[in-house]
Amino acid sequence: MAHDTLTLSAATAGARPAPIPVGELLPWAVFGGLMLLLALYFVGAEQGATALFSGSAVHEFVHDGRHLLGFPCH
Amino acid sequence: MVGSLLLRGMLVGILAGVLAFGFARVFGEPSVERAIAFEEASGGHSHGEAAPAPGQGGATDAHSHGPGAAPHSHTADAHAADAHAPDAHAPGEHAAQTGAAPAEPELFSRATQSGPGLLVALVVYGAAMGGLFALVFAYVNGRLGPLSPRATAALLALAAFIALVLVPGLKYPANPPAVGDGATIGLRTRLFFLMLATSVAALAGAVVLARRLMARHGAWTGALLAALGYGVVLALVGLALPTVNEVPAGFSADLLWQFRLAALGLQAVLWAVIGLGFGAWMELGARPHVRPALGR
Repeated sequence: MAHDTLTLSAATAGARPAPIPVGELLPWAVFGGLMLLLALYFVGAEQGATALFSGSAVHEFVHDGRHLLGFPCH
Repeated sequence: MVGSLLLRGMLVGILAGVLAFGFARVFGEPSVERAIAFEEASGGHSHGEAAPAPGQGGATDAHSHGPGAAPHSHTADAHAADAHAPDAHAPGEHAAQTGAAPAEPELFSRATQSGPGLLVALVVYGAAMGGLFALVFAYVNGRLGPLSPRATAALLALAAFIALVLVPGLKYPANPPAVGDGATIGLRTRLFFLMLATSVAALAGAVVLARRLMARHGAWTGALLAALGYGVVLALVGLALPTVNEVPAGFSADLLWQFRLAALGLQAVLWAVIGLGFGAWMELGARPHVRPALGR
C-alpha cells in the first residue's frame, strides 16, 4: 500500500477508528476523572467559597491564575 | 490504551498550560496589576459602602476611613472583625487603618503570584483539562460518525471551549481583582459551577440529539438543529439565573474589557493547544496501524 494512501485515509473520513469498549474505559474514567476534578478544585475553588485546609495559602498562591481562568476568586 | 491516551492528554495539557502562561504574562498580568492598584487605592471607598452591614465580612476591602475618624472606626472595625472571625483576612484590616495599604496579609509577594503561582495554576489546570479531554476523547473517538481521530480531537476541543468557557463566560465572565464582593463568594461560586454543569449537560444532550437528527435529516441540518437546541437551553438557563454585577463605581471599563479579553484569549490558547496537539499526536501514533481507506 502506498504511503500517500495512508496519509490520505488518516486525514479524511476513511479511517474510522474502532471505539474503545465502555468496560475498558470505565475504571480510568472514574478514578482518573476523580483525581483530575480534585486538581481542578484546588486551582479553582479551594479556600474560596469552601476550604479543605484552613488559611489562605492555596488561594493566594494560585490567585492570578484563578482570576484569569475565570473562577470566582473573592 | 486508555492509560496511554490519558497520559498523552495530560502531557499536551501541561504544554498548553505553559503556553497559556506565556500568553497570560504578556496579555493578562498588566490588567491584573492595574486592577490591584485600583483595589488598593480605592479600598476605603468600597468599604464605606459595605460598612452598614459589618457581618458581611468583605474579605478584600481595606478598612480605611478618613484619618480624623480613626479612633472611632477602629472600634467599629474591631466589632466587624469579631463578627466574621473565621475570615482569614480579618487581622490585616487593622494594618489598613492609616490609609490605602492592602488589607490582605502578604502570604506571597506579587512576583510569586504572577510568576510561579500563575504557572502552577495554569499547568495544573491544563494537565487536568487535558486529562479529562483525553478521557472524553477515549469514549467519543470512533463513536461520532466517520471522523478521523485528529478531526475528533479538534472538534472536541472546540466544543469544550464553547461549553466550558465561552457560553458560561457570557453569563458569569472572568473578573479581575477589585471586582466582586467577598460576602457573595459562596453564591457566585455556586452560580458559576451551576452554569458550567448545565452547559456540559446540555452539550452532552445536544451530541446525543445530533446523532439521531443527522441520521434522519443529514449532517448539516441535524448538527445545526442540535446546536440550536443547546443554544436555546443555555439562553433560557442564562435568563433564569440571577445576574451578578459587582463592578465597583469608578472601575475602568477599558481595564475590565482588557482583562476579560485576556482571560478569553488564555482559554483559547489552552484549548487550541490541547485539541490540535492531541490530534497531531494521535495521528502520529496511529499511522502504522491505519488500514487503507475502503470508502464509506
